[in-house]
Amino acid sequence: MPETVISARNLDLTFETNDGPVHALKDITLDIAEGEFISLIGPSGCGKTTLLRVIADLEKPTGGTMSVNGMTPGQARLARAYGYVFQQAALLPWRTIEKNVGLPLEVMGLDAATRKSRIASNLELVNLAGFEKKFPWQLSGGMQQRASIARALAVEPAMLLMDEPFGALDEIVRDHLNEQLLKLWAKTKKTVVFVTHSIPEAVFLSTRIVVMSPRPGRIHEIIECDLGADRSLDIRETPEFLKIAHQVREGLKAGHSYDE
Amino acid sequence: MSERGFIQDRLVPVGSILMVILVIWYIAAYAMNAPFQRDFDRRTDVTRTGTEFLLATMSQPKPTMPAPHQVAENLWKNTLTVKPWSKRSLVYHSWITLSATLLGFAMGTALGVAIAIGIVHIPALDRSLLPWIITSQTIPILAVAPMIIVLLSAIGVTGLLPKALISTYLSFFPVAVGMVKGLRSPDILHLDLMRTYSATKLQLLWKLRIPASVPFFFTSMKVAIAASLIGAIVGELPTGAVAGIGSKLLAGSYYSQTIDIFAALIAGSIVAIMLVSFVDILGRFVNARMGAKQS
Ligand SMILES: Nc1ncnc2c1ncn2[C@@H]1O[C@H](COP(=O)(O)OP(=O)(O)OP(=O)(O)O)[C@@H](O)[C@H]1O
Ligand SMILES: [Mg+2]
Repeated sequence: MPETVISARNLDLTFETNDGPVHALKDITLDIAEGEFISLIGPSGCGKTTLLRVIADLEKPTGGTMSVNGMTPGQARLARAYGYVFQQAALLPWRTIEKNVGLPLEVMGLDAATRKSRIASNLELVNLAGFEKKFPWQLSGGMQQRASIARALAVEPAMLLMDEPFGALDEIVRDHLNEQLLKLWAKTKKTVVFVTHSIPEAVFLSTRIVVMSPRPGRIHEIIECDLGADRSLDIRETPEFLKIAHQVREGLKAGHSYDE
Repeated sequence: MSERGFIQDRLVPVGSILMVILVIWYIAAYAMNAPFQRDFDRRTDVTRTGTEFLLATMSQPKPTMPAPHQVAENLWKNTLTVKPWSKRSLVYHSWITLSATLLGFAMGTALGVAIAIGIVHIPALDRSLLPWIITSQTIPILAVAPMIIVLLSAIGVTGLLPKALISTYLSFFPVAVGMVKGLRSPDILHLDLMRTYSATKLQLLWKLRIPASVPFFFTSMKVAIAASLIGAIVGELPTGAVAGIGSKLLAGSYYSQTIDIFAALIAGSIVAIMLVSFVDILGRFVNARMGAKQS
């Protein structure tokens, strides 16, 4: 039995805003085992980003407990337990692409040779070889997002937290990166927590899909989804795939409140 | 910018304004010098035609308001026909003032940056220091300058440093204010990013806050270097300094050498334009190196 690496117990988070409190997370209890690929799916505003940010110690829960690798999220962050891919690329405009990918490596204090080889291999992985010396504004939005994925991978974390990393990409690139990510995951056995709006993407990638519902953000349903280790994109035509996709869709519908 | 673009975009508008200024200046020179000339002519019993009278108002040795060509002639004589290191040369006096300006500017910039870094990192400083800094700038420099000069000369510090300190006093403020804004300019997203890397405060400063503040830095330095020049000139007034643009202004007013005063003023303006342009060009160069989109 693989070890539990992320464990949320009755997690609550309420933002105090000028228009009163916003209940972003309510009673979230979730265990994620080492090597799992978990997708968080749900309508906009249901707290997917917030949950990911709590794991990353970017947000403090107002109730319940969260533990990462048996530590508090803060300790895990200091131990560099995860790599985080934001919804936006968040590249530093004054750094070239290679310098952007190298940023976390500089912060970690790695030597120049290690940095160089990690930058090269990860830019290769996201098909950005040849763009090392470009500045972010010289790249399309999709390329920028790929650079930000390369930046998170370069840290070589045991855990990847990804917030809609492929949301802004076109279908073809998205398919390609889904395959790459799956290969990477199968090879390295990283734990991945992946936020998405796309049902096929979630079903294709995940071992479990967490369906969330809004106001307040909570877990509606958790769907098991293991389609075998070496699946290819063709699997999306198979009945098993479509069955799970249907299940997720039904879950999303049931969890969605239309009374607004 | 193409050559034609430069002529149309810059030379024509700037040139037109210059023409307007010159015309107004000549009219003002005539208007202000005419009463004296009329008086003088009456006393010396000279009768002139209109044109002769007009020309006379433009060629008085100590006019109330010197005409542009008189100032130009004085500038020409005192920059190009004398050795640059001679006491009569405006280049020499400009250099004296410039060296105090640059020293004061360097100290002011360093002080401003240090204060800004302190304010951004230590909340107590943010609340306690900023009001004092703002108050310091409300005290008129003309009141402070003699105090600084006299106090320093009492403890034996004279020459370049007291003038430079007045420049520092005037120039640290825009840099401090601009840099506080610049160091706080990174978006939340980038701060979150650095947090996921568990970057130290020093890394955050060095890799995010300082690079993000560079455009603010150059904008505030443009203001600061012009203020430094004013500080250095003001610093030359109460000392009865023997050299520098300020001393030329002072000497000119003692002996009613209005042409000298104007020439010194123009020399000061030229130095100011050169300094500000230099900071501007340096800023453009650095911004381009940092990947800013060329506009
Ligand atoms: N810093 C904040 N302050 C106040 N309210 C916030 C803050 N961050 C998020 N919220 C609120 O919390 C709720 C959940 O937001 P969150 O960003 O987690 O949603 P999401 O599921 O990621 O949505 P999307 O799919 O659009 O990215 C929303 O109602 C949002 O308005
Ligand atoms: Mg989100």
